[in-house]
Amino acid sequence: MYRYDAIDQRLVDERAAQFREQVRRRMAGELSDLEFKPLRLMNGLYLQLHAYMLRIAVPYGTLSSAQMRVLATIGRKYDKDYGHFTTRQNIQFNWIKLEDAPDILDDLAAVEMHAIQTSGNCIRNVTADQYAGVAAGEIEDPRIYAEIIRQWSTLHPEFSFLPRKFKIAVTGVFPDRAAVKTHDIGLFIRRNGKGEVGFEVLAGGGQGRTPMMAQTVRDFVPKAELLAYLESVMRIYNLMGRRDNIYKARIKILVHSLGIDKFRALVEEDYAATRDSGSPLPAAEIARIAAYFAPPAYERIETPVRAFEAARFEDRDFARWVTHNVVAHKQPGYAIAVISLKPEGGVPGDATSDQMDRIADFADRYSFGEVRVTHEQNLVMPNVKQADLHALWRELAAHGLATPNLGLITDIIACPGLDYCALANARSIPIAQRIQERFMDRDRQALIGELKIKISGCINACGHHHVGHIGILGVDKQGEEFYQITLGGSADENASVGKILGKGFPAEAVPDAIEKLVDTYLDLRADGEPFLDTYRRVGIEPFKEKVYAAG
Amino acid sequence: MPPVKHVVKHGTFIDDEWLAVGDEDAVPGEGAVTVSFGRWQTEREALAGRNGPLGLRLPADADPAAIRADLDRFELIVLDFPKFNDGRAFSQARMIRQRFGFAGEIRATGHVIRDLLLFMARCGFDSFELAPERTIDDWRAAMREFSVWYQPAADARVPATELRHRAMAAE
Repeated sequence: MYRYDAIDQRLVDERAAQFREQVRRRMAGELSDLEFKPLRLMNGLYLQLHAYMLRIAVPYGTLSSAQMRVLATIGRKYDKDYGHFTTRQNIQFNWIKLEDAPDILDDLAAVEMHAIQTSGNCIRNVTADQYAGVAAGEIEDPRIYAEIIRQWSTLHPEFSFLPRKFKIAVTGVFPDRAAVKTHDIGLFIRRNGKGEVGFEVLAGGGQGRTPMMAQTVRDFVPKAELLAYLESVMRIYNLMGRRDNIYKARIKILVHSLGIDKFRALVEEDYAATRDSGSPLPAAEIARIAAYFAPPAYERIETPVRAFEAARFEDRDFARWVTHNVVAHKQPGYAIAVISLKPEGGVPGDATSDQMDRIADFADRYSFGEVRVTHEQNLVMPNVKQADLHALWRELAAHGLATPNLGLITDIIACPGLDYCALANARSIPIAQRIQERFMDRDRQALIGELKIKISGCINACGHHHVGHIGILGVDKQGEEFYQITLGGSADENASVGKILGKGFPAEAVPDAIEKLVDTYLDLRADGEPFLDTYRRVGIEPFKEKVYAAG
Repeated sequence: MPPVKHVVKHGTFIDDEWLAVGDEDAVPGEGAVTVSFGRWQTEREALAGRNGPLGLRLPADADPAAIRADLDRFELIVLDFPKFNDGRAFSQARMIRQRFGFAGEIRATGHVIRDLLLFMARCGFDSFELAPERTIDDWRAAMREFSVWYQPAADARVPATELRHRAMAAE
């Protein structure tokens, strides 16, 4: 993992001190609520329906066990004993008192964490493939470049007051698990014809009320030029992006209205003149940061690992968890274990302080002290010996953390919705819970196979409903909560936006509608064909007929 | 009488010599004046021929490329922050300095709040029109809020990457 040097630490300390002074000015009445608002937002502090919410940055989703313990303590000391992991690989606490926020930032700074740029119209927390460094077939580890971009984007003097928020994602491997094409800027690490490694730079993706997929600005940008090139992309957006209407202010609208060719020409024109004066990325700095992400000291392990294979054979529940929640590791004898934060009937993405402490302990014992947060709101132990999986699983199960449902119908992404959020039109969490209860039977979940349900409580699409295989969007219809269903969305390298099924449903009718969709799929699917493929083959009509059939 | 401007430059309040001439007002034959972008476009020749320093007030929605060829006519470019969270002038300043090589003075006007000053200084602004209640201590406090930076910009502050590798080379 990356570790702060004196420069990184000083910046975070200075930021915490600055915010303490701003809160003091606010409490003393020297700052009005209106003046204070943008200042607190730049430190991730939102005013929600019931209390302040603090969103803490987890850069590219990577946490050390020490950091996880501090998050557990924050939950215990300043919140109601839990935290919520988000679709941006961050964590948020929902019940924060303003006067406690400066102390929390100090606690975070002590373990090399912060809440800088977790909100506001600036470059937000950069995200990356959650299996970076441990999945096979990677060209290079995207965490190296995500960390470089984290530093470069922090307090960027030119790009801290953009037309709208700005999200960047990086991946170094196919399949794309970082949903690169749904980001304002997406970066695919590529190797060119000469064998050099660089980046395909895409721009103009986003969800919200106008979902669009990012398009390629340049096929190949050499490593040394990455930051300078990003600055030209950002500059054209900062100057030309719309500021008159927040729903049309994202870069996707600019790219769409200019057309990708015109946008590219403007970027290239700026870049041609500024490439030498923009932010450099020297090879020595890449090497300095890459060293932090060197593989841990793996043992040489002979495979197959007998104890693991035997446990799988003898313990049916363990075998089920392995099938769904354990992912292949590039190192023989090791595994990637995913902790589902989607227990049936629970709140997607929530973990209690006690669970966070236990996960930190397990990470120390079984995974070189590291945990990852996924954009699907689960946690990852990236480096577990296969021989330890059975012991880990038993400990997870004892703390309600062994739900075997990764990628299945109950592994639902949901935004906080009207239970917390001031923007929401409808609740998301109870809808997720009702669907999970309906599909409680784990054999049935396994039979259905991969099916991603994503729920947003309003058109801002924080629950990524546009790219759900089944998407659910909460809308307000004359004071009643209604839910619109979409089919066929996907966030991978073949990304697509879901199509609206038909008229919406009241909350209590949603589980029935989902069940009819699933039954239709089971009737129509070819052998081993996942939901999305069946949908793409047969189209929306058969689903529509079944769901809206009379009686 | 136009309101007295409260301008800070080189870390101190200055007596501002620049007269902002309105679009309907006559342009004095001598002395330092600023004119609007619109007036520059329509009265270019007359303004260029007058005797005295000329400054341009460029609105936030103007493309800096439109004045590229004229930059050597101006000693001052005034860039506007219509609202504190409208950051276009940061990029205008960077473009005018970094891409077009303007060496004269760049000034910030509009909703110039304390929390923007350091960013402005980094983007190449030299002078700042502050709200009348702001003191020089506010200015100094703002300049001190951060002492480390990750990016090179238009100022002389040395970015982190350079500091690190200087230190590594010295070892």
